[in-house]
Amino acid sequence: MIQETFTVKHGVGLHARPAAKFVKLAKKFDSSIRLRNLTRDGEEVDAKSLVKVIKAAAAQHHEIRVSIDGPDEEEAIKALTDFLINVPEEEQ
Amino acid sequence: MNRYPGIVASPGIVTGRVFLYRKTAVQIARKLVADTAAEVERYRSCVQEADESLSSLMEKLEVDGMAEQVEIFEIQREFLTDPSYGEAIAERIAETGLVAEAAVEDVSKELAEEFSAIDDDYFAGRSADILDLGKLLIGVLTGTKSHGLSSLPGPSVVIADDLAPSDTAGIDRDKVLALCTRAGSATSHTAILARSFGIPALVGLGPITVDQGIEVVVDAVGGALVLEPSPEERAAFAEAEAKFQDRKEVLLKSAKKPAVTTDGHRVGIWANIGSVADARQAIELGAEGSGLVRTEFLFLNRKTLPTEEEQYEVYRQIAEVFGKRPAIIRTLDVGGDKELPSVDLLPEENPFLGRRAIRLALSDPERLLYPQIRAILRAGHGRALRMMFPMISSLQEIQSAREAVEHCKEELLREGLDHDREMPVGVMIEIPSAAIIADRLAHYVDFFSIGTNDLVQYTIAVDRTNDAVAHLADTLHPAVVLLIQRVIDGAHAAGKECGMCGEMAGDPAAIPLLLALGLDDFSMAPGSVPFAKDQIRRLSKGDLEGLKRVAVTASSSEEIREETGRFATGLLG
Repeated sequence: MIQETFTVKHGVGLHARPAAKFVKLAKKFDSSIRLRNLTRDGEEVDAKSLVKVIKAAAAQHHEIRVSIDGPDEEEAIKALTDFLINVPEEEQ
Repeated sequence: MNRYPGIVASPGIVTGRVFLYRKTAVQIARKLVADTAAEVERYRSCVQEADESLSSLMEKLEVDGMAEQVEIFEIQREFLTDPSYGEAIAERIAETGLVAEAAVEDVSKELAEEFSAIDDDYFAGRSADILDLGKLLIGVLTGTKSHGLSSLPGPSVVIADDLAPSDTAGIDRDKVLALCTRAGSATSHTAILARSFGIPALVGLGPITVDQGIEVVVDAVGGALVLEPSPEERAAFAEAEAKFQDRKEVLLKSAKKPAVTTDGHRVGIWANIGSVADARQAIELGAEGSGLVRTEFLFLNRKTLPTEEEQYEVYRQIAEVFGKRPAIIRTLDVGGDKELPSVDLLPEENPFLGRRAIRLALSDPERLLYPQIRAILRAGHGRALRMMFPMISSLQEIQSAREAVEHCKEELLREGLDHDREMPVGVMIEIPSAAIIADRLAHYVDFFSIGTNDLVQYTIAVDRTNDAVAHLADTLHPAVVLLIQRVIDGAHAAGKECGMCGEMAGDPAAIPLLLALGLDDFSMAPGSVPFAKDQIRRLSKGDLEGLKRVAVTASSSEEIREETGRFATGLLG
């Protein structure tokens, strides 16, 4: 089980294309991946569901916590960290 | 009366039978099924079909540069297999035994409500995408995919209130002769679709009543829908259509060459645009720049203002399409008859004389002006963008606007963000007070652009949206012509360029006069570009001296019209 906290850097938040990309990425892994919007004090949701991720309404600068549990959790956290941290300038 | 005026969104002339498209909700029989497993299967195969339909539509729109729409379809495809939507519908069918259509309707509504409840407009906006997707699924399930536009009875003229991407998703392009909508503008989805199909389209027809199946002529050259034409009318339109096709072919071949008069005077023929797709079309049709990039489309249909980043991205894309050709981005022009949900406009007794355009922007620069100026300056880095402010009435407003530009440059410099420090900044001259002192204002700007729609409205004191007086709004009124002359001369005396971006610049009846008055750049609807270039190539500026003399001494627009009419060429040559 790995937990990491991130600040949303995408200008539009985890919404629209960034959210779709995030979910697509999460789905590549067998581990269970869950997301919680700490800023909104929201509930933890399945990060492999775009509907749930949008409902988490993580806007830019919100704090989110990603929890991963499963056989490929190391690879998963690496990939998601890269996606959330290395945001191209034009998407910030 | 059998003739209704409309805005030409895509030119051409065609005769055909009417297919009236009504956006009525499909009636769903809310019943239970005996074999739930079979119903889930039926639902799954429809999901497959909807997915394929969205995917092929995405490809088409990608080609047309409609990135925003592609993004919506991409999200909708993801929803189709989402545990909380697509899968939730399958579970609902299995658990309740409801017919698939009803399960789709229920789950879509529930989810849309949950999205709407989010207190961030940006996220809440996804509720419309869910409802739209639900409609698509129900359409596929009931075999009325996209409510009939995919199964037109035969080649038809489609008439609708307005068309959204979901309506036209399965449209059979071989069977659409023309598109006509009661609502809409030249930049609406209908218009863009028609242009990408290369079929005629009329929009903004107003609340007309047309019967299903009758014969009509769509005259998207003259700008009219003609119901049940007489044999004579039909013959005349058939002839006009053939002529138009021939002429279009000839003109398109020379559209990318410059517009030079027979005596060697060159002018710029530019296009007015309102999206990246428009920009591509304008270049295709030979536009040498854009004298007006409208930015209002970025602010429409949303409850929050677009961010600097969103704006930057769109301006950058437009600038890249134009390459080395100049593109003039106009800052937000709302108020008057243009309202925006994201901007709180106080009700005004007299909105056209109220706090609109630059007045509004200067009243709240932090929200309305700085983000836009910053986005334009940044997008202009290494590209040929220019910036223009609308509704200038005095020197003070120019100074305030320029101060705002300087403020943004300083900020950007401090933040280390790339931007164009030398970007030309101009103003629209569309208020008589500014036109009268144009020679003085010219020293404080890099260029002028005359906005004729408002200039006419304010000079003649006529509300162009009021049918009772709209006929008085005459661009060839001698007072308007004198003001235009003043503005052009004022710019030239200060060594500045003067363009025009109102309807008048593309009007074949006005082009000879504007050329005679010395206008440098003519910016018009993209579709008019090949025609205007052709007209100018046949004129000699020297021959127009007489026209200029008449125009600046005339007492009535009739005198001017008669004189300029001798040099006009219509869409048909």
